[in-house]
Amino acid sequence: MRDIPGLPSRRGFLKASAATAAIAGIAVPAKAEQKPEPVALTEYKPDCLKPSEWAFVMAAVARLIPSDGEGPGAIETRVPVFIDKQLAGDYGKASDWYMQGPHDAAADPLRGWQTPLSPLEIYQQAIPVFDDWCKTTHGKIFAELDAATQDKALTSLQKNEMKIKPELNQFFTILLGNTKEGYFSDPMYGGNHGMQAWSYIGFPGARGSYKEWVGKHNVKYPLGPVSISGERG
Amino acid sequence: MTRTEKKKDVVLVGFGWTGAIMGIELAQEGLEILALERGHDQATVPDFQYPNMIDELKYGIRYGMMEKPANTTVSIRRSLEETALPYRSLGTFLLGTGVGGAGTHWNGLNWRPMLSEYRLKSYTEEKFGADVIPEGMQIQDYPMTYEELEPHFDRFEKVAGISGQAGNVNGKIIEGGNPFEAPRSNDYPMPPMPSTWDGVKFRDAAKANGCHPFPSPGGIASKDYVNEYNMQMGPCNHCGFCERYGCYNYSKSSPQTAIIDALKRKKNFEYRVNAEVLRIEMAPDRKTATGVTYFDHKTGEEVFQPADLVILSAFALNNVHLMLLSGIGQPYDPNTGEGVVGRNYAYQMLGGYTMFFKDENFNPFIGTGANGYCIDDFGIDNIDFGKEGFIGGAYWRAGQTNGQPGHTMPLPADVPSWGAGWKKGIGEWYGHAMSIGAHGSLMSYRDNYLDLDPTYTDRHGRPMMRMTFNWKDNDIKMINFMQTKMKPIVESMNPTIAQAGFKKEGAMFDVRPYQTTHNTGGTVTGSDPKTSVLNRYLQSWDAHNVFVMGANTFPQNTQYNPTGMVGALAYWAAHHIRKDYLPNPRPLV
Repeated sequence: MRDIPGLPSRRGFLKASAATAAIAGIAVPAKAEQKPEPVALTEYKPDCLKPSEWAFVMAAVARLIPSDGEGPGAIETRVPVFIDKQLAGDYGKASDWYMQGPHDAAADPLRGWQTPLSPLEIYQQAIPVFDDWCKTTHGKIFAELDAATQDKALTSLQKNEMKIKPELNQFFTILLGNTKEGYFSDPMYGGNHGMQAWSYIGFPGARGSYKEWVGKHNVKYPLGPVSISGERG
Repeated sequence: MTRTEKKKDVVLVGFGWTGAIMGIELAQEGLEILALERGHDQATVPDFQYPNMIDELKYGIRYGMMEKPANTTVSIRRSLEETALPYRSLGTFLLGTGVGGAGTHWNGLNWRPMLSEYRLKSYTEEKFGADVIPEGMQIQDYPMTYEELEPHFDRFEKVAGISGQAGNVNGKIIEGGNPFEAPRSNDYPMPPMPSTWDGVKFRDAAKANGCHPFPSPGGIASKDYVNEYNMQMGPCNHCGFCERYGCYNYSKSSPQTAIIDALKRKKNFEYRVNAEVLRIEMAPDRKTATGVTYFDHKTGEEVFQPADLVILSAFALNNVHLMLLSGIGQPYDPNTGEGVVGRNYAYQMLGGYTMFFKDENFNPFIGTGANGYCIDDFGIDNIDFGKEGFIGGAYWRAGQTNGQPGHTMPLPADVPSWGAGWKKGIGEWYGHAMSIGAHGSLMSYRDNYLDLDPTYTDRHGRPMMRMTFNWKDNDIKMINFMQTKMKPIVESMNPTIAQAGFKKEGAMFDVRPYQTTHNTGGTVTGSDPKTSVLNRYLQSWDAHNVFVMGANTFPQNTQYNPTGMVGALAYWAAHHIRKDYLPNPRPLV
């Protein structure tokens, strides 16, 4: 199959097949074949998250981008894997950031990242604090609550109703940010599995060539996404 | 440990646009030239290659092409009373690093300021009276005229490879171009780029409302192109990865695309990377520089590099920092008004509307950094400062630059930030939004300035530079004026939903969301050494063999993206160094 502009959209077909792997009956170049299905999330061995942290991330992202309704959720797109890998790397360690003191974690939020903690340290310290709050307020740790109560608890976290200490006050912001990053980033980072999020919204990923389309005004672009490693959705 | 390298005629500090321009111009004089670049080497191949370059997470979100704050950053406060805190992670501006500098990851928008902007103080006083200038505002004239700079704008546009449609050639108004632009001696070297649907919708609405739309001028090749250095560009394919990325297609104008490979072939030119200049060294009488000391990251040692001529060609903020650290010129004191280095730091005032059209497809991933259509009907030359109560103006543009969903996902205000509602919202609205932006001037003020931080240091133990900056009423009034003018045009386009995004009175500078990397001022050019660091040839008043390039030379910010002016000023300075300074090195004024 060649990508010729003007071919009918494959998006509908992909959605109907509810998967991205195995586009049965369509010959694709060997290079572009889908990768084998990765290990199930329940079997995944995190690079840096401890079991309780992993359980929290799995539960939280499932509410931040739920699976029900149209479009994939954070679980099918393997966002928890993305978050674990990012937190294990330079981002998690704040390697690129200026982290010398003195710190003023209670500064006006408009002044940016001022906590002495790295993103990984914030996850590590905030998850137990939030779980304790959930237990006190709702009777169970976050991962064990029902979906409606989880949504309530996340809303409280977003509004900082539990008055989390200033060093941790970026927790909800980075949790939500990292979840969306995992949903939309190239699949090579572990999330956006099968480019499902790109297919859902209609972003063609790394196609990067639209000369013949720039003048086609108000006409929906027909081709599905490709990834940096050559997967096709 | 310090080692001393063999003396060079010229040392260039920073190897981006202005370093490349100075390098190739002065190399033609047969001088031994060395460029020192603090960052890594990078070239279109292999560093910007497809498909690895178009990785939103790595470059668009984790800022893979930018200088890491761990290496270099500034501290920021919003008033003289506040304690400055470090800009620890990137947000409001993104400083480049490596060969090509910010010229590799820019959007490509290329402009010449409007006629009033070169002599803003005199123009304001003559036309509206000195009393329209509010207390605390420190606007100044450029010490050179537009007519003097015009050939250098023309030259930079031809070297950089700018696509556009002239609106005023030698006073003759050309239909379809910008009728309000400063008169140019030639059309752009390439015809304008085609626009996406959002730009065309804006063009038609602006025209129907009596405005004068024209295609956005930019360093994006609309056809194959060869410049005077025999450097080649290929036509752009609208991949939608300009800003924050290097161009894999030789289509976006950059130092790499326009100059560097030609410069590398010159035997009297050398560049060293991972060579971070720490300070300019001065002769005992402090009247001239003797060279620079840099940190060689490969060997871990300090190196003294002697040179007859020192040209600062780093990013604006770095140039100011080096002048402060080297003690060249008196640092500015906002309490007494004395001193000049760090004075008149400015930024850019932006605002705009986002519009959602339920039934229209914009394909937002098709775009360039300089896409779409603009108007200058509310540009600074067209504003009555006396009547409106502010000094300034803005150009407007509609033209999508990217559809990368991780950082470009406009949503209606009633879509929640997470959960089922968010997921539904992205499915409904991605690809159905467009925006019109007003890109406005920002004046200089007594208490917006740069100096050395008393507390925070960089990895070499040098004081970090401290930025004192906040929004001022004048510029907020300007952008609110733009909102009142934009609203009827937006309404005439009949969107499903329209959302305004304009700063309001009392707005505080927020370092978190990206705004712009148009940081200007700090070592401004002027005709009076009491209010400027550099004379009209961008030569230090205090050390005649130190010249300083960049947007740090702007007395206040213009309403435009700065690169066109930065390029023209570099060619202007290079011309005068070649013609006047080299034959007889001395203060030129």
